Amino acid sequence: MINVTIDGIKASVPDGSTILQAAKDVGISIPSLCYHPDQSVKANCRVCVCEVEGNRLLQAACSQPVYEGMVIKTRTPKVIEARKTILELILSHHPQDCLNCIRNENCELQSLAAEYFVRSNPFELKVRGLPKDLSTPSLFRDPDKCVLCRRCIEACTVVQTVNALGLEGRGSHAMVVPSLGLDLIDSPCIMCGQCIHACPVGAIGEVEDIDKLLAAIADPETIVVTQIAPAVRLALSEEIGMDTGALPMEVFVAGLKQIGFDHVLHTNFTADLTILEEGNELLKRLTSGGTLPMFTSCSPGWINFCETFYPDLLDNLSTCKSPQQMFGSLVKTYWADKMGIAPKNIFSVSIMPCVAKKYEAARPEMTASGYRDVDIVLTTREIGRLFRMSGLDFTKLPPQPFSPWMGEYTGAAVIFGATGGVMEAALRTVYEVVMEETLEDVNFTIARGFEGIKEAAVDLKGTVVKVAIAHGLSHARKLMDQVRAGESPYHFIEIMACPGGCVGGGGQPITKANFKRIERLDAIYIEDEAMPIRKSHENAEVKKIYEDFLHEPLGHKSHELLHTHYHAKHKRFL
Amino acid sequence: MAEEMRIVLRNYGKIDPLNIDEYIAAGGYGALNKARGMSPMDLIGEVKASNLRGRGGAGFNCGMKWNFACQAPADQKYVICNADEGEPGTYKDRLIMEGDPQSLLEGMAICAYAIGATQGYIYCRGEYPSVVKTLNAAIAQAKEKGVLGDFSIEVRMGAGAYVCGEETALIESIEGKRGEPRIKPPFPPVIGLWYKPTIVNNVETFANIPAIVEKGAAWYAGIGTPTYPGTKIVTLTGDVVNKTFFEVTTDTTIQEVIFGFGGGISGGKAFKAVQIGGTSGAFIPAAHLDTPIGFDAMSSIGASLGSGAVFVLDESRDIVDVTARIARFFAHESCGKCAPCREGTMRMHDLMDKINAGQGQTADIALLNKLGRVMSYSCLCGLGQAAPAPVLTAIEHFSADYDAKLA
Repeated sequence: MINVTIDGIKASVPDGSTILQAAKDVGISIPSLCYHPDQSVKANCRVCVCEVEGNRLLQAACSQPVYEGMVIKTRTPKVIEARKTILELILSHHPQDCLNCIRNENCELQSLAAEYFVRSNPFELKVRGLPKDLSTPSLFRDPDKCVLCRRCIEACTVVQTVNALGLEGRGSHAMVVPSLGLDLIDSPCIMCGQCIHACPVGAIGEVEDIDKLLAAIADPETIVVTQIAPAVRLALSEEIGMDTGALPMEVFVAGLKQIGFDHVLHTNFTADLTILEEGNELLKRLTSGGTLPMFTSCSPGWINFCETFYPDLLDNLSTCKSPQQMFGSLVKTYWADKMGIAPKNIFSVSIMPCVAKKYEAARPEMTASGYRDVDIVLTTREIGRLFRMSGLDFTKLPPQPFSPWMGEYTGAAVIFGATGGVMEAALRTVYEVVMEETLEDVNFTIARGFEGIKEAAVDLKGTVVKVAIAHGLSHARKLMDQVRAGESPYHFIEIMACPGGCVGGGGQPITKANFKRIERLDAIYIEDEAMPIRKSHENAEVKKIYEDFLHEPLGHKSHELLHTHYHAKHKRFL
Repeated sequence: MAEEMRIVLRNYGKIDPLNIDEYIAAGGYGALNKARGMSPMDLIGEVKASNLRGRGGAGFNCGMKWNFACQAPADQKYVICNADEGEPGTYKDRLIMEGDPQSLLEGMAICAYAIGATQGYIYCRGEYPSVVKTLNAAIAQAKEKGVLGDFSIEVRMGAGAYVCGEETALIESIEGKRGEPRIKPPFPPVIGLWYKPTIVNNVETFANIPAIVEKGAAWYAGIGTPTYPGTKIVTLTGDVVNKTFFEVTTDTTIQEVIFGFGGGISGGKAFKAVQIGGTSGAFIPAAHLDTPIGFDAMSSIGASLGSGAVFVLDESRDIVDVTARIARFFAHESCGKCAPCREGTMRMHDLMDKINAGQGQTADIALLNKLGRVMSYSCLCGLGQAAPAPVLTAIEHFSADYDAKLA
C-alpha cells in the first residue's frame, strides 16, 4: 500500500494505482475524456490533469502512478483553469450541433462542457468541414466531431484486430481515417460497431432506419412484422431508464404494438430452429467426414471477418443463415401462408443488438423468399429512441402476447445473446439426439463467463467432441490461426464478433465498460432459468414448422430457405 | 575576451574525419580502453561525479541516467544517439558528426559498456544525408579496426518531424511507428526501445564522454559553472557579426557570446533581443545579457540553454512578426497526440497572425497568455510545454511592440 494525500484526505492505496484510481478510492471523481476503463491509458486529452506537490507540470491522473508521500490536489485554480481551457480548445474545434447529434445527452464531451460550465468560448469556432462517411449501411463516420481520443482505434485494432481505423496527418490536421484512406465500405471494416461504444462523442454512429419504419407503419396496405433478437430486451431496459433486464418481454411486445407494429414475433424462434439445423449439420460433418471444426455463423460481424481475413476457411463455416435471416425468409413464406397475408405486403423489421445485421440484411443473397427477406434492421438504441418518443410508461402498460407460429421460444434460444450461448444450446440438443436420453442438468456452465476463449469436451457415446468458444475477434483470431495451421483440436467453434456476444453488440446501449456486458450476461441466464422449456428441440412451434413445412432438418426446403454460402471479400488491409 | 575551450570539438578541423587512424593517433579510443578496465559501476560513478548534464535541452545528469539503465534488469539494452538536430539555427551536432565522428562512436561504446548494451542506434536528422554517409563510413572503419568490440551501431534516418527529437517519439520512430511521444513514466532508461532499457543521449553529450573518462571527473567538474560544468557549443545566427560557432565554457555570459565571440550586432545597429536554445527558447531582453549560459542560470531568468542556438535580433526587427512565424512552426510540427498542443499550437498561430495583421484586441493578448500558461504545464511532452515560451516572453518583455499592432 502507498500513502498519499489527495485534496487533504490521507489515504492508503494499492501499489501501482494511478492518481485517477487513488482519487476514486477516496471518493473524488476526476474528469476524463480519453480514459476508457477497458483500454490502455492514452493520456492524450489532458482533461484529467492534477497538481502534484513539488512538480511544476500538472500530471495526467489517468497515467501518473502514485508514490509514497505524494500530495495531490485535484481542483486548484491552476487545475480548473487548465481543464476548462483544454475543454474550450476541444469544443471550439467541434461542431456545435448537439441538438441534432446522435449522441445528444449521451456524450462525454457534452457532459464535461456542462460540468465545467463552458458558456462563452474565447476561441473562435472552427469546424473542419470534413465529409461524412456514409458508405456503409451499418455505420457512419462524422470526422468533424472526432476528438482524437483514439479509443475507436484501440477497439478496432486491439479488441477486434481488424485494423480498419488509423491516424493520418499531424497537429490540428490529425484525423482518424479508415486504413489506406479508403471509404469505410472499402476498408477491412467488419461493421461490428465496437468503435461506436468506444467513441465518447458522435463521431461514429449507427445508420438510423427509424424513418423507414414510420413510413411503413403509416402505410395502411403494409403489414409491419417484427422479430426481436435475444439480447435486446434486457439491454433495452437501460434505454428506458430501467435496470438491466427489468422490462418484461410481454410489456416490450405491448410497447411495440403501441408504436404500430402489426405483429410481434421472435428471433428466438429461429434461434431454436438454428439449433436443429446447425446441430444436425455438425452431426453430419462428424459422421460423414465433413470440414471440421465447424464454425457458428450467427454473428454477421464474424462472418464479415472470416470473409475478409480467413477466406480460406469459409468451408468451415456452418451453412446455416443467422437466426435473423432464417426468420426473414420464413416470415414471407411459411408465416405469410399460415396467416393468409400476401408476402409483398409484409414489411419485415428486425430488432437487433447489432449494426452488422443492417449489412447482413442488405446482402444480395438474402432474398430466398422472393423478396428482400428482412426489410430493415433497427438497433436496440433505435428502439430506445422510438420508445422515448412514444411517451409510454412501461410500468403501467398491460402486457401483450406474441403473434402465433413464430413467437415461441425456449431458454436455449434466450442464451444465444451471450458468448457461449449458441454452444450451450447446441449441446443441450445434440446430447439428447445422440444419447437418446433426457439431459437432466441443462446447464453447461463451462460455456459461460467473460473469458476470451473457453473450451470444453463432451463425451457423446464414446466420441469426445471438443468445442471452443471465443468472443471479441482478437480471441477468435487465435482459434482461426490454429485452424489455418492445421493444429486445431476442436470439432465445433462458436465465435461472436463482439465482446460478451450479442449483449455487447454494436447496436446495444452505449456500453462504456465490460462490467455492463457482464451484468447483461447475468440477466440472460436468469431469463433462461425462468423458462419452462430450455431445449430447442422441445419448442412446439419449431416441431410444427418441421411437420407442416420444412419436413426435416437439412432437407430440401431448409436448404432453400435456411442455408447460405459465403464469399471471400478481396479487400486490401494492413 | 574569454577564449574558446574545445572539448567536444577537440579534433575538429585537425584530423581527417574519414580516417580512423588519425583519430587513434590523436589519442582516440584510449578512453574506451580505459573504461573497459574499470567496473561499470566505477565508470558510471565517474560520469556522475563529472556532473555532465545532457546537452539535448533537458539537462539531466548523465551518470544518473546511465545508472537507471544499468540497474534495470534485461536481456537486451540499447544505446541511442539523438542526432535528430531539428532546432532551427542549431548545427552543433552536425559539426561533431562531420568533423569527428569517431568521438561520438567512442562515447556511445563507453555508455554501452557501462549499461551492458550491445546494440546502438544513431537517429540522424533526415536533412543530413551527407552526415549519414560519414557516420556509416566511420562505423565501418571502427568495425574493421575492431575497436568497438561486440558493440554494433546502426544509423537510422528521421523523416523530418521536429517532434522526433523528443526521446520517446524518437524511439517510436525507430520502431517504425508514428513519431509521437510516449507517456512518462516509465522513462527510457527503464522501458525504452522495444520496451528494453535504453539510454538516449545527444551527440554533444556522447562526444564529451571520452574526454571525461580520459581526464577524470574532477577535471571536467572544474570547468565552467559548477552546476552545469563543461563547455557548450553555441551556434550564432541572426543579426550578429560572426555568424558561426564557438565552444565556450558554461560560465560564459550571453553578453560575451554575442558581443565578444559574436563580434556584436551587424550593421552597427542596436541589440533588441536574443532567443537562445532554439525555436522554443525564450526571448531575452538586454537587461538579462549578463546571465551565464549555464543551465540553471538561464532557468533563473525564465529561459533555457536548450540546444545552444543563439538567434540575435537587432532593433529593426519586428518581434511580433518573428513570433507569429514561430507560432506557425509549432502549429505545423505538433504531432497532434495531446489536445492542448494539437489545438493550442493552432490557436496560438491564429491569434499571433491576427495580431500581426493589425486585427488583434487587448483580449487576444490576455487569451494568448492564458493559453500559453496552460500549455506550458498541461501538454504531454516538451514540444507543447515549450512552444509557448517565445510567445509568452515576447509579450512579457516587448509588450509595447504588441500594443503598437493592436487594432
